[in-house]
Amino acid sequence: MKPEAEITDEAVNIEDVEIRLLLEAIYHLYGYDFRCYSKASLRRRILHRQQMSGFSTIMEMTDRVMRDRHFFVNLLNDLTVNVTEMFRDPDFYRAFREEVVPVLRTYPFIKLWHAGCSTGEEIYSMAILLEEEGLYERSMIYATDIDKGVLSIARKGIYSIESIRAYSENYRRAGGKGSLSDYYTAKYDGVIMDQRLKRNIVFADHDLATDQVFGEMNVIICRNVLIYFDRELQERVFSLFLDSLDLGGFLCLGTKESLRFSGCEDAFEPVVAAQKIFRTRQIHERDKK
Amino acid sequence: MSPAGRRIQAVAMGASWGGLDAFSRLLGGLPEALPVPIVLVQHQRHDAGEKLPALLSRRTALEVVSPEDRDVLEPGRVYVAPPGYHMLVDAARRVCFSMGPPVHYSRPAIDELFFSAGYVYGSGLLGVLMTGANNDGAAGLRYIRMRGGITLVQDPATAEAAAMPASAIEAGAAMEVGDPDQLGHYIMEEVFG
Repeated sequence: MKPEAEITDEAVNIEDVEIRLLLEAIYHLYGYDFRCYSKASLRRRILHRQQMSGFSTIMEMTDRVMRDRHFFVNLLNDLTVNVTEMFRDPDFYRAFREEVVPVLRTYPFIKLWHAGCSTGEEIYSMAILLEEEGLYERSMIYATDIDKGVLSIARKGIYSIESIRAYSENYRRAGGKGSLSDYYTAKYDGVIMDQRLKRNIVFADHDLATDQVFGEMNVIICRNVLIYFDRELQERVFSLFLDSLDLGGFLCLGTKESLRFSGCEDAFEPVVAAQKIFRTRQIHERDKK
Repeated sequence: MSPAGRRIQAVAMGASWGGLDAFSRLLGGLPEALPVPIVLVQHQRHDAGEKLPALLSRRTALEVVSPEDRDVLEPGRVYVAPPGYHMLVDAARRVCFSMGPPVHYSRPAIDELFFSAGYVYGSGLLGVLMTGANNDGAAGLRYIRMRGGITLVQDPATAEAAAMPASAIEAGAAMEVGDPDQLGHYIMEEVFG
């Protein structure tokens, strides 16, 4: 029962080339580099936007992207997936409290880099966790994202009432020691995070695809960001992380991410494998080889 | 049939309401030595945890796994989309995830899997859509068919929730219709025949 394909391999190849041209146009005109992102998921999001905006081809949409900055910003929003929650994956935060915090406690000063912080929910989560563990005074969190738009939301720390309800449950499951409401004030139809939490957060735009090392971090958190990169860019970022981490520094990935294709798996050892918390091997262990 | 022999290189499956039973029956009829990989989306709550692969593996000879980013699809294995992520297949035939917006109120969505796998495998893909209470999967299955793939749909009369298979039939996405056991036989014919 072999049917004739209505959408031939040639047609999908053309679509593939159209996507490459769109990404080139975005890079050359706006400076965002999506050329090393995973094509499978980019494709789906580009086609969604094409359909929703009623373009008959991706080329037609590219023409609009090149001439209409406002339209580009909408597309950028589609391409940079900004799904996040406070204390998202509560088990991760619980494991961080139990296995990472005791080590951090022995440090005089703690530097954390949250790469791909999106709208900031997970930044405030980490600030709250460190505050509750009595470590926040000597901590500095570097919160970076490629997208300046989401960073400005992160800086404000204003979230909707509906979302905060779900976050309260996450907070409890994450081993929170008080009530999440201790850390925000309800205001109109939203909540604003306790502005004191920002005292040790530095927000900065940073593109993992093109920018450089952040020095001597004790912890790097980069969860559900690498899934959007192709394998070449994943390798680049892993080596960037390795170079940015202090000896014995921790690397925290998303639940579905792994170090297997990182090109530097040997440089890390698992701390809580199920929660994807790793640590760079200490020098003396490397020397044993 | 390609000169190299087997035409079908992968099977993509989707279901929602009632899917556990339907998948159990369908996968239960397939042998351990299935020469192709299966990628599978069952709608789940985002906080459902990772119970589904264990539940399904008790009911089939196939190895059922919850994949990680960029796992290579291997024959004889069933790759179950984890709750909270869209699961896609990339050009290197590896698993790829996205947390893009829910599609048909669901993440994982069947359409996301079907469109990505249909794109990559073309006429080498066999798509299966079964029981469910919304219309996720219909457009994706139709795409698989338009790419020259083979498409099977559960007979709505045998489905716990008829809406999903009915909308696929309505969309002209179905090449064959049957109960889960019959769908299993079709798959066997295509991958071994």
